[in-house]
Order: sequence, then C-alpha cells, then structure tokens
Amino acid sequence: MDVGFSLRSEAAGVMRTALVSAENLQLTLKTELSQEEQALTHTNSSPKETNKAGNEDLKEMLESNKESLKLEAMKRVVGLIAKGKNASELFPAVVKNVASKNIELKKLVYVYLVRYAEEQQDLALLSISTFQRALKDPNQFIRASALRVLSSIRVPIIVPIMMLAIKEAAADLSPYVRKTSAHAIQKLFSLDPDQKEQLIEVIEKLLKDKSTLVAGSVVMAFEEVCPDRIDLIHKNYRKLCNLLVDVEEWGQVVIISMLTRYARTQFTSPWKEGAVFDENNEKTFYDSDSEEKKGQIEAKPYIMDPDHRLLLRNTKPLLQSRNTAVVMSVAQLYWHLAPKHEVSIVTKSLVRLLRSHREVQYIVLQNIATMSIQRKGMFEPFMKSFYVRSTDATHIKTLKLEILTNLANEANISTILREFQTYVKSQDKAFAAATIQAIGRCATNISEVTDTCLNGLVLLLSNRDETVVAESVVVIKKLLQTQPTQHSEIIKHMAKLFDNITVPMARASILWLMGEYCERVPKIAPDVLRKMAKTFTIEEDIVKLQTVNLAAKLYLTNSKQTKLLTQYILNLGKYDQNYDIRDRTRFIRQLIVPSEKNGALNKYARRILLAPKPAPVLESAFKDRDRYQLGTLSHSLNIKATGYQELSDWPAVAPDQSVRNVEVIEPVKEWAPLVGKAKQTKSDDKFYSDDEDEKEEEGSDSSGSEDSSSSSSSSSSSEESGSESEEESSEESEKTSSDSGKSSSGSEESSSESESDKNKKKKKTKKAPQKKSKPTAADSDSDENGNGPVAHASSSSAETSSGSETDSEDDSDSDSPTVQKKKSDVKSKAKVEVKSKREVSLLDLDDFSPAPTNVPKSAVLSSSLLSDLEGLSLSNVSSTMQVTTPSFGPVKTYELLHHMTGKGLSAKYHFPRQPCLYQPSMVAVQVILTNGSDHSLEEIHIGDRNPASLNIHCFNTIERLEPEASVTVSMGIDFSDSTQAANFQLCTKEDQFNVSIQPAVGELLMPSSMTEQDFCKEQGKLLGMNETSGTITMATANASSQAISKQVLSVANVGVVSSSQNNFHRFAGQTVSSGALVLVSLEVKESSSALLTINTEKSVMASMLLRDLKQALAQA
Amino acid sequence: MIHSLFLINHTGDIFLEKHWKSVISRSVCDYFFEAKEKAVDPENVPPVLQTPHHYLITIYRGKLFFLSVIQTEVPPLFVIEFLHRVADTFQDYFGECSEVIIKDNVVTVYELLEEMLDNGFPLATESNVLKEMIRPPTILRSVVNTLTGSSNVGDTLPTGQLSNIPWRRAGVKYTNNEAYFDVIEEIDAILDKSGTTVFAEIQGVIEACVRLTGMPDLTLSFMNPRLLDDVSFHPCVRFKRWESERVLSFIPPDGNFTLMTYHVSSQNLVAIPVYVKQNISFFETGNCGRLDITIGPKQTMGKTVEGLMVTVHMPKAVLSTNLTASQGNYTYDLATKVLVWDVGKLNPQKLPNLRGSLSMQAGAPKPEENPSLNIDLKIQQLAISGLKVSRLDMYGEKYKPFKGVKYVTKAGKFQVRT
Repeated sequence: MDVGFSLRSEAAGVMRTALVSAENLQLTLKTELSQEEQALTHTNSSPKETNKAGNEDLKEMLESNKESLKLEAMKRVVGLIAKGKNASELFPAVVKNVASKNIELKKLVYVYLVRYAEEQQDLALLSISTFQRALKDPNQFIRASALRVLSSIRVPIIVPIMMLAIKEAAADLSPYVRKTSAHAIQKLFSLDPDQKEQLIEVIEKLLKDKSTLVAGSVVMAFEEVCPDRIDLIHKNYRKLCNLLVDVEEWGQVVIISMLTRYARTQFTSPWKEGAVFDENNEKTFYDSDSEEKKGQIEAKPYIMDPDHRLLLRNTKPLLQSRNTAVVMSVAQLYWHLAPKHEVSIVTKSLVRLLRSHREVQYIVLQNIATMSIQRKGMFEPFMKSFYVRSTDATHIKTLKLEILTNLANEANISTILREFQTYVKSQDKAFAAATIQAIGRCATNISEVTDTCLNGLVLLLSNRDETVVAESVVVIKKLLQTQPTQHSEIIKHMAKLFDNITVPMARASILWLMGEYCERVPKIAPDVLRKMAKTFTIEEDIVKLQTVNLAAKLYLTNSKQTKLLTQYILNLGKYDQNYDIRDRTRFIRQLIVPSEKNGALNKYARRILLAPKPAPVLESAFKDRDRYQLGTLSHSLNIKATGYQELSDWPAVAPDQSVRNVEVIEPVKEWAPLVGKAKQTKSDDKFYSDDEDEKEEEGSDSSGSEDSSSSSSSSSSSEESGSESEEESSEESEKTSSDSGKSSSGSEESSSESESDKNKKKKKTKKAPQKKSKPTAADSDSDENGNGPVAHASSSSAETSSGSETDSEDDSDSDSPTVQKKKSDVKSKAKVEVKSKREVSLLDLDDFSPAPTNVPKSAVLSSSLLSDLEGLSLSNVSSTMQVTTPSFGPVKTYELLHHMTGKGLSAKYHFPRQPCLYQPSMVAVQVILTNGSDHSLEEIHIGDRNPASLNIHCFNTIERLEPEASVTVSMGIDFSDSTQAANFQLCTKEDQFNVSIQPAVGELLMPSSMTEQDFCKEQGKLLGMNETSGTITMATANASSQAISKQVLSVANVGVVSSSQNNFHRFAGQTVSSGALVLVSLEVKESSSALLTINTEKSVMASMLLRDLKQALAQA
Repeated sequence: MIHSLFLINHTGDIFLEKHWKSVISRSVCDYFFEAKEKAVDPENVPPVLQTPHHYLITIYRGKLFFLSVIQTEVPPLFVIEFLHRVADTFQDYFGECSEVIIKDNVVTVYELLEEMLDNGFPLATESNVLKEMIRPPTILRSVVNTLTGSSNVGDTLPTGQLSNIPWRRAGVKYTNNEAYFDVIEEIDAILDKSGTTVFAEIQGVIEACVRLTGMPDLTLSFMNPRLLDDVSFHPCVRFKRWESERVLSFIPPDGNFTLMTYHVSSQNLVAIPVYVKQNISFFETGNCGRLDITIGPKQTMGKTVEGLMVTVHMPKAVLSTNLTASQGNYTYDLATKVLVWDVGKLNPQKLPNLRGSLSMQAGAPKPEENPSLNIDLKIQQLAISGLKVSRLDMYGEKYKPFKGVKYVTKAGKFQVRT
C-alpha cells in the first residue's frame, strides 16, 4: 500500500518536472530569451490574483528534488525581490536549500536569507547550524562567505554566536577571512550596540594585522564602532601610513580620512607664523631616534613631527589614483594637514577630476569653491579650466561661476569680465542671473572695476529677458548702496524701467532705492508712489512692503506732496490679507503720523527710517563651508550630517610622540638582505641625480623607521604591489605563496633566446651614434600602419641613462657567457653599483655594512636602512629581480666559531637566500661576528683559504669591534655546486682561527618560478639517469600542503610551483653556480607515504637533497 | 555606508532595488522625484539630496538613475565613484547599461551587486575578480545553461581577491598572445567668435587590450615622457618606477582596461586641427534667421580629419531649418532643437559648408545669444601632443607576444562660441 502510494507520487512528480522543463524549453525556443527574462515574463504575465498561485508553483519547484528546478525557482524569487515584491511566504521552502551543493543556488538562497531573515527570525534559525559548520571549513572562501551571511542576517538571538564567530575569524590564518570578520564587526555593532566593548577588543587585535586586505575594512569598523578611541591607532599609525599605497582603493579613502582626524589631534599646527621648514633636515629624522633627538636640540620655531611628514609623504602618490574618491581624500588631507605652501600640489589632481563624470565634477567643484575662497593662488593658474561650456549642467555652471568669482583679482578681472559677458547672454536664464550676481560681487570686491561693472549692468537693464533685468536691478541696488552719491542718473533710469519690470524682487528693489535716495530724485519719487498706489492691491507682498516703506520715507521728506497718497496706501495696507503687511502698516502709521499717545517715537521717525545703512557685503555662498571637513557629505550639503566627526583644532602642544613607537625586535633574528647593503652605498653616492629619486629614497627611509624591527615585511609593503610581502606569504596558505612566486616571476627575459641575443647585439651597437636613427625609423613605421608592432629594440638615448639592464647584459656577455639568463639579472644589480662608482673601488661596497653596533638603537638604524634600501632596489632595478627573492625564509643559524676557541670572538653564519651580489655564481652568506671578550678586537678579516682556488668574496676588514658589540657582514662563496666545505681563516690582529662553512645541499639552490606546464616539460627532459626518486614516510603533522611546502622550503631554497592537483606538490630551483635545473616533485599517497622525485643533471646533489628532504618530512 | 540602491528609469519607475542592511521603503525615492520634477532636465538633478532621515546620492548614466540611500556621513565621491563603477561593470558584462538589459539579466545583476558590496562597503570591484565569480552571460551560454541546468556562477573561487594583484586572475591562457595600446587624445577647447582660442588643453588616455598568457610583467616607455604633466594610473602601475624612470611598469589585468590618463602640460601650445567660419544671425523682423558654417583644416599635421560632426543647440524659438550642406547631411530635431551636421571626412580642396535659413516662431523675441557649435572630429594615427610610445618589453613569460600601438586624436569638449 505504502509502496504503491509513494510510487504513484513519484511518477506524478516526474511527470510534473517533465512538463515544467518542457515548458521551459518551449519558451526558450520560442523567444530565445535568457533565463532571467523568462523568469520575469513569467511573473509579469501572471496577473495579480494569480500571484499567490504563482508562489505556490514556486514552492513546489523549490521542494522538488531537481537542482535545475530549484535554481529556476530561486531565480524567479530573486527577480521578485529585485522588483520589491514580497516573497516572504516562501521562506520555509527556501531555507531548506541553504545547504545545497550547487553554488549558484546557495548564493541565491543567501540573497534571500539576508533579505527576509529579519522578518522571519524563528525560521532563519534553521539555517544557522549550516553556517556554523561552514565556519570550520578548510576552504577560506567558504569560511568567509559563511561568516558574511551569518553576520548579515539581523536576528538578535544569534548575537552570541556571531560574537564567537567574529572572534574566531579575527584570528584566522587567511587574511580574507579576517577581512570578512572586520566587516562583521560593524554589522554586529549595528545589531547590538551593547557588544561594543568586546568588539573594540577585536578591532584592536585586527588593527595590528599587517595584511593590506584587512587594513581598510578594520579601519572602517573602527570608524563605525569607536571613532573616539584614538589611542588604538597610536601603535598602528606608522604601519597604516606605510601600507596605505597597497591597500585597495576603497580602504584608502577610509584610512585617509581617519588619519586626517588622528593627525589633527596628535601634531602641532604647521601653519604657525614663521614656521621654518627645511626638507633636507627633515629627511634625516626618519633614520633613527637618536638623530631625531639631535634635530630637537636645534632650536627652531617649528619642526614638523616626522610622523606627520610620513603621512603627507605616503599619501602623495595616491593623488595619481584613478579613483576620484581617493584623490579627493588626499586633497582634503593636504588641505587640513599640510603646511600652507605644500597644499598646492593637490591642485593639478583636483583639476584633473573635472574631466570625470558630471556628479564627480559637482562634488569636486564644491570643494574647490571652498578652497578658492581662502587660497586664490592655488587655482588661479587653472582659471581657464573653470570656464563654462554651454553644455554643462546648470549646477555645474553656477559652481564654476562661483569659483571664477572667487579667483577674480585686479590682474585677471578683465579676462573674467569678458568671459562673464558671454555667460550673461546664455540661453540658460538661471545661469545668466547667477552671472549678474557674480559681476556684482566682482564689482564690490575689486574697486577698480566697480564703475565698469555698474555701467555694464545698466546696459543689461535694457535686456529683453526679464529675469536678467530683474537680477541686474537687484545687483545694482546693492552696488549703489556702496556709493550712492554719484548715481542719481542710474536711479532715474531705473524709475523709467519700473513700469516694464514685473519680477517682484526687482520692483521691490527699485522701490527701496527710491525711498532711500528720495532726496536725490525729489521729482520722480512721488510719481512712482502714485503709480504704486494705483496697483497696490495686485502687487506681491514684498512689493507691498516696500511701497509702504517708500510712502513712509516720502512722507517724512516731502509730506506736502505725498501726505494723501501715504494715507491712502496705509489704509489699503491696513486691510490687506497678509498679516505682515497689516502689521507693518500699523507700525508705520504710529511712527510717522503724529498723535497724542505716541509722541515719543515720532520725533525719531526720521532718524529711524532714514538712518544711513551699511552697504551689504556680497559674499560667496561657500564662505562658511570651511567649518566642515572638505570632501564630506556635510560639506556638500552645508548641513551637519548624522555621524559627522568634527575635525578638532590643532593641539597647542603636541601629545607624546613616543606612543607611536613600535617595540624593537632583536635585529639578529632577521636576515639583513644583501640587496639592501648594496643599496646603501648607492644611496650614499646619490647614484641617481634626479631629485625624484631622492624623494623616493625618503619614502623608503620612512618605511624603515616605522617598522624597523621587521625589515623585510615593512619594506616590501612599501614597495609596489608587484613585489610581494614575504611575511604575508609565509602565514598564508600555499596558494598565496605560489601567487607571490608567480607575480614575482619577472625574472625571465622578455622573450625567446634568439630574441634576447638580438637585443644584446643591438644594445652593444647602441653606443654608435649613427645607429640612433634606426629606432625612429622603426617607430614611424609603426605609425604608418597604426597597428604596427612597437619598435622593440629601439634604444633611445633616454634609455641609456636608466638602462641598468643594458649594462648588465653587456657585462654578462663579457664576463661569464655561460651564466644563465637569470643570473645575469642578479648580476645586473651588482653591476649597477660597480658602474656607479667605478672610481671608488669595489671594496668600498662593504664599508658601510660592518658598522659596529653597540646599542640596539643603532642596530635599528642599520637594519631599517637596509630594509628601505632594499625597497629601493626592487623598484629601481627592473622587476626581473623579483624572481630571486625566496618565497619562504626559515633561517637556520650555524656556528662558525665558538667564543671559547675564538678567544672571545664568536661567529655565526646563516644563508640569507638572497642572490649574491658580488657574483651570481656565489652563494650569499651572512656572518654575525660578536666580540665576547672584555677588550676590543681589531682588524677582523679573512685570511688564507683552502683550497687556495676557493673563490670567496671577503667582507671588508673590520677595523675595530668593541666588547659586547656585534656586527653582521656578508660574504659570497662559490661552492661550485658541491657540498664540500669552504675552509678559510678568520683573523684578528693577534690571532688566526681556522673555520669552515659547509653548506647544506639545499642552500646551493636558487628558487625559480615556472608554471606547472613548464615544470612538466622540463621534467620530461630530465628522465632516466637524471631522475632520483624514493618513497618516504611523512609525519602526520605534515599532511597539509602548507606544512609540506614549509618543510621543503626549510631544507632547500626552491620556489613553489602552483599545482592543479591536490596531492601533487612541485618545487623548482636551479643550482647557484651552474644554473642546472633542480625539480622536486612530491606525490602524496595514502597512509602518509609519499613518492619524492628529484630531477636534475646533478645526480649527487639529487641524492643528497632526497636524503635531506626525507628527513625533514619525516619529522613533525 | 551605502544602505540601499534603487535603479530608476527616466520616467520615474523604480525597476530594481537592493538593500545591504535593513530594508528601506522605496517611498524614500519620493524626495528624489520631487527634485527631479523641479530640475526639469535630468542632467540638472543635484547629485546629493537630503531627506529627513536619509541622504540620497544619485548618478545619471545611460538614461538611468542609480540612487543610493545613505544614513550617515560618508565622502560623497566615495559613493559616486562606486555607483559609476557599478554602471561600468554592467556595461562590461552586458555590453550596455540600459533598463531592458538590466531587467533581462536581473539575477546576474543581483549576484553582482551582492559581491560588490558587503554591509555597504565595497568588497570586490575589480572586473577580473568579478568575472571569475560570476561569468558574464553570452547567448551561447544561456542556451547551454537552459538545456543543462548549469549556471553562470563560477564554481572555482576567485583567487585574485587574495593575491597582491587583485586585478589579474590566475591561469590566463591564450593561443594568440597580443597586447594592444590605444593612445587616445582629446582636445578640449573653447574658441571665440573670431576663432581665437579662449582655452585649449589636451587630455589623453591609454586604453589597453592585453591578452597574454600567464603572469606577464610589462614595461611601456615613452619617447617623450616629459610632455606628460599630470597622470593617473590603473592600480597595476608601479608608481615608484614612474617617479624614478618615467616608464610604466605593470602586471596587466586580463582584457580591456584603462592603463593611464594624462594631461599634457599647458606650456605647450595646443594645435587646433580645424577652423570654423560661421555666421549665424537672427533678424529683428520676419521671424527668420540665417546660418552659414564653413569648416577648414588648420593644424592637422598632414593627416586627414575624419568623423567631423557639428552639433548646435538652437534657441527654443527656432522652429525649423532650411539648409543645404555641400557635404554630408544634416538633421534638425524639432523637439530638442538640436541641429546635427554630419560632415564626415574633411576635404581640404573643397571645404564643407552648410548654409540656409532658419525660421522662427512668430512673435517670439529675437534670441539674445547665438548658439555655440560643438565640434566632433577624429584624426587617426596622430597623437596631437606628439606623445610617442618608444617600446614595450615583457618579462616573466617566455613567448613572444604581438604588440601594437594605435594613436587617435579626437575632439573632446570642443566648442566654438558664436
């Protein structure tokens, strides 16, 4: 019975689905419309009364067990939501699908949930467990999207769950999930503001995050939840400044506006009188604290806080952003924070924004209008950019006019007035009227042109358009008030026009003028009053009021002629419908007509009514806008918007600066990169003569001071985004580290072997001047056919100056033709320096680095310098360098010399895994020398070596090492791809110690980046004898791909190759000396066993590497 | 930040709404409609409006209003820029941004909006990232989807969002690797009645179409970078290298994008490619007027001026026109009072001329001002500023791409006052 029933229902179900899909198909064939359209036509066509039935239908589809039907139904539901129709009764049916496997279906269900969960709280709870499960998912995207939806459904009961989820996500390994948690904070806060304290804790934690992904979102959360907790920013201030360039554009806007507020509370005003500002002096502050002190000793009226300068400097490049909001926010930052003479750098960028959309223009012009009131000079050179076009929208025109008026001065007024003359004739009458106002303002502001303007305006009185005439009258009235004596002619002229003017404001203005100056036009005024008496009842209120005024004034001056008229008008006014007029009439009558009761005021009537009145000041409508922060909504509306944060005034005395200091970590732990050292000399020598370069140096200097402890991370963040931040890749999953590998894959020369050869040839010939004509010819060629190829090898003279690449290639040709392409890049860097200081001798290179370091502070100095110079190198030397930066950097330090055997001198070394700068075939080694004795050691250097042929680049002799001091030096050793130890003597003035460095096989490699296909291709070439493989057992802790790459990278300096298969891990490297390819692949099998394969020509190395890897992977 | 979004067509129908926080009733739009009534012309509606409880920020694109509802202080440009980015994304996905298209693709639109904002804060606005998550619809795909029930939502999760180069997706592959750059310069100018230049400047943009496999790292250098006065870049460009070496170094997004926009320094005199001789006059009596326009080449650097078009916004009183064009043809829209003369190619031997009479509404006063002429033109294979790309190098990939640069000069806001 049961079985029969279920069968039947199943059959029915199948029939139904078949029918529906048939219908769908038919529709598709018939109309060829997209699915969405179908959904729409469906709902559209169903009339209102069948709407319910339509929803029934949807419910059935949602409850069916066919994915495609469910999806179709959900699409229609979303269509309903989009149109604002109510689909809430489908909630139970929809919520069931929250755990669906189909991603699109799931997403649509999320859309629905977020929309209706608030209304159906109980049912929404059904979905919570799904999200809770997803929060634990190994995939970061699933975790993130679960948190996103969970926090978006506004159901107060789940606040504790949300809180927990946010806290967990804030500590997630993936920065993307942490970003999502920052967003969730705001949502939770708006749902339940009582959670504020706990949320602030999370914010505090997230603010410390170094990922650029998180920065924008967490600052947004900060602004929303606790904008007053400025103390949370102190420690992160420098980091935020330095990360800023790499944060996504929306985050930049938020961070900049927050930092603007912060800076106003923390720094003293740079606007003080007599503020001396010396850029060069400023620069040195960033190097170290000690130098900063030195700066403070020098008595100066104003010295900008280095952190203040840091902010200004790091935001400046963002003026070049394509995002108009970013540009505007930098502009307002400069406006509110920069010394007056520096603000003008934002002008160009703001003017550039005027090319953008109409709405953007509107906001930017508003801000320029406010700025131009205070600082005419800023925009005056760009005056022509504000010329009005007839096609502009009216509000744009008026704003431009406003700015032009603000910019007007004695020098340019004639140009501006000529321009205004065109505008007055505009067909857009509202704009023409505004122009007349503007002319009036120019006339009052610039006394030289007052007469000219007045004459011009009088001419306009004969204009055909009424609004123009009316506006002119109003403006003339104001102008006449400033100098009434000379202008009775104009008043007479206006009286003549009076009959033709109908605009109330203009009529009222003329009447007022008549009354005010009735003694100058004694004949005309009574006549005008007579006319007004006739038409009084049909005039507008404002005109009536002025008529009453005129009558009163005439009564006082010329009562003989006007007494009756006045009484008549006062009688009319007494019974007027408008109470204002009745009121005024009563007042005037009491005032001027003498009677017994009110004799007291009567005496003064003349003085009251005909008192000399101050001339009105014609002001900009933007005069008072500067009380709002520029770029804000409040500024735009000229009304304090909800949530507007007042910009505080500068403090008189700067609060403690040290709160922004970040504690210093022991410099020994980090590997001071060789690259950086090389740069030091460069910066010292001012290799680049451009002042732009100097600026850049400054920029990276500051990054050093900020995060002196973690040189690698901070410098990389201040570089362009192309070069990756190592710190991030190490803490992120394998995916990202492979990303960084890829993006830094600028290593290879642009094209195939043959082409680079060709390049070399061309570059060699470059110096011959007659060749110069060639590139131009090629170029014009490409011009001719429009699409023609770019002249690839053209080497203009401009290039010679910057051509680090060309130099390197020349050199690699002559020195070591066998060196692989990649090495030549390494070389290029080394050679750049060599070139730059040929006359100085190569040894000087090291001079700088072994500076004895006593105090941790100066250690900070050197490392910070290193880091910023490293940043320099990566940006200046071509991007091809990036390949050699290791994607992962565990540092194992080995003992070179124990202090017992070394009579106090101890030495440790490690492999920084940086390309060696002295020769590409060398492995870079860093040696940390420490003086453990109680006397200073002198002349530390490298003595004899064994074998004698051993190619070592020694560090420069250290003249003196104080007790307890340590110094880090770098050297290069050519191991010739063998693990044979390099033996040499470490000498001091008195003693010689035999030491040896034995490299692990993994250190003889350099990472190379390649795609999976290239890897497989190369692997195919290295089979047979060149392949070494073995089965290994892995520790269970090493199951994840992240752990595997960590272990492999700890053993060998190889690069991760992104892999499409989960159980396959590939790594690629090449040997340092000969450049032979070393390919490591690891296939993970069941029960923690794995097949490890190494393909390389160097079979000895392969077996050693296999052994090392086996060991590393076996241990947890 | 952004609370809700309403899409409104020019007749005032709300045809799509999306809320990122609690639902806000669509009656909030009434304030906007009021302002729209007042402004008459949709262009004149103020972009920022205040209502008792909310703030409305609107953009007008393609005859549609994108109206966003804001509750608290936010930089208005932030919202405006974002709304334009939304419109750009629609354009990118569907080829145009119109009411019909959006209604047709309402589900995709909704999915896009969902990804672009989280809690009112922009999440993913890079087209490359979005396209990985939600595939743009094509006719073929929609047919396939209907038949197989598969969907437009990508089943791989976007990796771009995580990397430090969010604008490029991973695993790009092409059989033909090519990189094209269009250097497009626009002349903005105002000429006065006598033909003298009141104001002229050159704005340029480099549009790129890059279809390269893998992760190429490109370097584009100019022969004369000094010409560039003010620049703005796509986020992919390394600013420091520009600062130090004046070259554009970047890992490009996949597909079409705007690499940079620039402004040519104003010291250089701007070459005005054409001159216009015009005589428009209205007679005091007889309700008619005369129009005579001749266009000739001025400084064209030996290239041909193409796509020449003259647009005149006539005064309201002009009822009809009776003109003859020696070249091309003209139309006069009676409703909008816009005269368009499509000239085409400019022939220096035989200068194009448009002349004839205008008839005015009886009894209307003579127009105060003569209408100004908007000129549109195009010159192929010429960057009027003289900017030249010197070379393009690629690092990071081994293949040899096909590279091309195209120069075009256009008239931007080129206006002749009469």
